[in-house]
Amino acid sequence: MSWSQEELVAAAYAVVFFFVLAYVAIIAAKLARLQRETSELVELARRKSGRES
Amino acid sequence: MGLALVLALIVAPEDADQGISQRIFYIHVPIALTAYFCFGLGAVKALLLLWRGEERYDLESYVAIHQGTIFGALTLITGSIWARASWGVWWTWSSNQLVLFLVLFLFYCAYFMLRFSLEDGPRRARSSAVYALFGVALIPVSFLAIRLAEDFIHPTVFTRDGPQMSGTMFATFVVCWAAVTLLAYVLYRVELAGKRLDADLRELREVLQ
Amino acid sequence: MYLADVAALTRKDLRVELRGRDTLPAMLLFVLSTLVVFHFALPEGSGETAAYGLLWVAIVFTALLGLARAWVPEQEHRVLDGLVLAPCDRSAIWVGKTLATLVFLLAAQAVALPAFVLFFEPLDASAIAGVLLADVGICAVGSLMSAMAVAGRAREVLLPLLVLPLAIPLIVGGVGAAVSADPERFLLFLLLYDGVFAVLSWASFEYVVTE
Repeated sequence: MSWSQEELVAAAYAVVFFFVLAYVAIIAAKLARLQRETSELVELARRKSGRES
Repeated sequence: MGLALVLALIVAPEDADQGISQRIFYIHVPIALTAYFCFGLGAVKALLLLWRGEERYDLESYVAIHQGTIFGALTLITGSIWARASWGVWWTWSSNQLVLFLVLFLFYCAYFMLRFSLEDGPRRARSSAVYALFGVALIPVSFLAIRLAEDFIHPTVFTRDGPQMSGTMFATFVVCWAAVTLLAYVLYRVELAGKRLDADLRELREVLQ
Repeated sequence: MYLADVAALTRKDLRVELRGRDTLPAMLLFVLSTLVVFHFALPEGSGETAAYGLLWVAIVFTALLGLARAWVPEQEHRVLDGLVLAPCDRSAIWVGKTLATLVFLLAAQAVALPAFVLFFEPLDASAIAGVLLADVGICAVGSLMSAMAVAGRAREVLLPLLVLPLAIPLIVGGVGAAVSADPERFLLFLLLYDGVFAVLSWASFEYVVTE
């Protein structure tokens, strides 16, 4: 399998680009999870303060 | 980053010797430099942890090294691609930078193994910090070692042209470097914020339940 | 005062080993077996320099064997907590342990090096000097890494991972001292490594063992 120079240059930049893309995707998933957790905790807090008052 | 990309691929003049493969230089070297910088930052935070004892430095050091390792892996990949473009092989032991990065990559991967093996707490934070400091001490020592090793390990001669860059090429390089550094910094802050949020939420959950 | 502490600690380790006799025989047997394996592993006519490289592989892995067991006595009998509370400078513990491990390694090499000369290639003065200098480096760094690893899970697996990247410059130095026409550079380099990393290990040991 022999690559041309242009293909290799494109490959190098593409690799970096895809790493960044993957990273962003991971962060987005993490953010979604954190949002879910926060709303769960807000629910918990509301219930607690509702019971106490 | 888009601007950097455009500059690197289109505006910069083609290098006479290597042709289009020269353009890999614009992304490979900034990534390598950024990796070094991340490791250095990790070590600085580690030192601060040992010196001042504030817990936040542990997380900051960890995230910095995490980013550094990612950029290190990217350095190896882009470096390998460049090697293929310049010399026709995917790997060569003659490229000091590649070999150095391989050693460092192994070292910092072991850092994560260390962290996973220890339980959370001040002990883990301090061991990680010490290890991070050893890492930056290893950088110059390894470099020296690799240079010395050239003597008896495959003295094949692959010349790599140094940065004899023209004005526009240099400007392009600087822009790319700034772009990659910015990227690393942004990723660092995002990662750090994410981890802190995680920890805070966990604490909150414990209080509420 | 400090040196007295170090001497006491080193003596303790040596005495434990003399009584238990589990680490040193294992290291001896391991290094000899490895050398024999290398004879079969090296294809015919590989050249003499390959043998030196393999010698260093054998040395490093033998050292790892010794280092893996270095802190086990302390861990088993929870002595480390006691030692840390003792009124001596914590770094003295590291010096004592490093010296003891060094003694074990040298003892193993006292057998291994002649065996190497017998089986493979001659060793000149600079090669031996390289071995001695690198020994110091491996024991210094290894004692610290071993102390780090012993606190966690999977410590047997972790120790080689931590030590091998740090050992690479030592291997370069050692092999270079043996094969190169100009061994002084390599010996000086080993001296540099020892200086830098021994000081680093000595200074950071305290941070690794305190809670």
